[in-house]
Amino acid sequence: MDKYLWLIPALPLGGFLILALAGKRLSRSSVAIVGAGSICLSALITFVIGGVFLAGMPPNAVYTQTLWTWFEVGAFSAKITLSLDVLSLVFVFVITFIGALIHIYSTAFMEADRDYARFFASMNLFVFSMLVLVLADNLLLMYLGWEGVGLCSYLLIGFWYEQQANGNAARKAFTVTRIGDAAMAIGLFMIFQQAGTLVISDIGASAGAIWQPNSTVVTVTALLLLAGGVGKSAQLPLQTWLPDAMAGPSPVSALIHAATMVTAGVYLVARMHAIFALSETARLVITVIGAATLLLAGLTALTQYDIKRVLAYSTISQIGYMFLALGVGAWTAAIFHFMVHAFFKALLFLAAGAIIESLHHEHNMFKMGGLKDKMPVVFWTFLVGALSLAAVPLISAGFYSKDQILWYSWTANGGSPVLWMVALSGALITAAYTTRMMILTFWGEAHTPVGHLPGRRMTMPLVVLAVFSVFAGFIELPHNFGHFTLFSDLLRPVLPETVMRADIPSEWLFQLLAALATLGGVFLGYHYYYQQPSRVESLRRNAMLAGLHRFWFSGWGFEALYDRVLVKPFIFISKINKSDVTDRLYTGIAAATGEMYKLLSRTQSGSLRWYIMGLVVGAILILGIQIML
Amino acid sequence: MKATVSAEVVVLLAGLLFALGIVGVIIRKNIIFMLLSVEIMLNASGLAFVAAGSRWGQPDGQVMFVFILAMAAAEVSIGLALILQIYHQHKSLDIDNLKEMNG
Repeated sequence: MDKYLWLIPALPLGGFLILALAGKRLSRSSVAIVGAGSICLSALITFVIGGVFLAGMPPNAVYTQTLWTWFEVGAFSAKITLSLDVLSLVFVFVITFIGALIHIYSTAFMEADRDYARFFASMNLFVFSMLVLVLADNLLLMYLGWEGVGLCSYLLIGFWYEQQANGNAARKAFTVTRIGDAAMAIGLFMIFQQAGTLVISDIGASAGAIWQPNSTVVTVTALLLLAGGVGKSAQLPLQTWLPDAMAGPSPVSALIHAATMVTAGVYLVARMHAIFALSETARLVITVIGAATLLLAGLTALTQYDIKRVLAYSTISQIGYMFLALGVGAWTAAIFHFMVHAFFKALLFLAAGAIIESLHHEHNMFKMGGLKDKMPVVFWTFLVGALSLAAVPLISAGFYSKDQILWYSWTANGGSPVLWMVALSGALITAAYTTRMMILTFWGEAHTPVGHLPGRRMTMPLVVLAVFSVFAGFIELPHNFGHFTLFSDLLRPVLPETVMRADIPSEWLFQLLAALATLGGVFLGYHYYYQQPSRVESLRRNAMLAGLHRFWFSGWGFEALYDRVLVKPFIFISKINKSDVTDRLYTGIAAATGEMYKLLSRTQSGSLRWYIMGLVVGAILILGIQIML
Repeated sequence: MKATVSAEVVVLLAGLLFALGIVGVIIRKNIIFMLLSVEIMLNASGLAFVAAGSRWGQPDGQVMFVFILAMAAAEVSIGLALILQIYHQHKSLDIDNLKEMNG
């Protein structure tokens, strides 16, 4: 089966090439068929290959296929090699399956857009790059995919480029992630310098022999890789680009900025776990970043009024949970939460997109309201997604994945009660802002009339994703009831088992507290936004709370800080050197050449006798010089 | 009796003729006279070849002169044809009228 592996990324690439080269000449329906069809076929092939792979696991639990040699320099040769193990399979499944649903949704969502073909071309290129990222067997090929998704993210955030703000958001996303990418590139150089190879499996196998545990070198390498992940996954301190990235169309936000690309950092850390396992400092940094991000982004989400920005901050916060899990060593829990999050967050974004389009591009939740009866399909699917996001006990997939992270944040080897407290308060905040979002959008009075309702092509993906948002949780049940660990057993060949601490408290208590936190959050949201909305107003009248609200609303002042510390000085410096000093030298040479040309062109007078005169004088001069010397 | 002329004198004569030709090309305005002056220069160089050939007792000098004669014949025929064309177009043989071909 492994010889068909290349088809998975090749189909989206083919779709991209057709749409990019001939998209203008194709009819809308054929653009939709090529654009969505390529991803759907890719998803089907993934199902077949994945099924065969899981049914008869090869001895080393990996399918590899070398397509060709990219280039060779001395002893180093970079190969285009795809490798599929369980970890990549989870990612490939999420990318192609959710990608296919989002593409089907987009065929209806983008119907009226004049750049229909350009949209699908960029989306297909994105899926291709993301598949290269997760299927790459060496870090160089992975970096190719890594940059490819960055490019597509840029193209799609700025898709409606006529508005200045969208272009700025796209540029911001590209520049901020570039900081992380540059650090990651240096990390790759360091790995190559020390290990002499960039093949991931070789690095994993020989990491213990190359690096001393907790040595400075391995810590620096791990931190540089982490910086790449932090940039892509919008974690502290490089999180500022993701909320602005919501300028792109909603399917883009669902696919790139919720389900797949922003979790590339999680994939990178999980993939390179051999290096991170050697550095305690790096793991501590991941933990701290994850915990700080989930709290900070959650509190910011609590104050936003743009529905897509709430979801964006919620994404940042949920990826914070994944980083927290990675940091404490709960590798499988992070990947499990990634998968569940991809389902419900894609669902929430697509449903939000449907609402926004029906309300004539209204993003403000306070101007929505009362959509419960007017858009029943969207309401029910959004409710399922929201339940999962809030991690409502037992009935939502989000509960099973988040509960696992909460549990490990105390009991895993790297965990501590403080981390658990942070994660638990994060769960409370998540439930609170989710409830607030639900109530503002679907209950209360209608503030904006509903336009046309979303069609079948838009609601079908919502329903499918809603089903998965419920049932995806049941493949991994907590240890104390059911003890059904299909997902982590599957990942066992790739990711190490979570090391637990010696003294483990009872898991029941944790689940009870997690459930209480969720219900408490829901109650808070319900109380302040449904029962007594006037109390929010009275809270806002308090000067201190209003200040806090403003501070959270602005994303904890990071924008202003970066603007003052980085952007303004940069613009200042570039203003000083506006007329580029080094450039002067070259323009000077060009100007001198121009002057000399003018001087010489004077001698071309057309008078034959002058020419002869010149010849004679020249001949006499040369003869004279020869005689003299 | 044989009157012997030393090679130096002949080369000097050739140099004088060549200079005369150059001066003629430079100062003359009429194209026909310029062509004439070029012919004088050609013959001056031919004379120098012949003188040198006799000085060293080699036939090469005279061979070269035959070459120059052949070339001069071709040159004159082309030159005269061009002069005819110029006269047809400009109704004048003044070289200064052709200054427009500059650049």
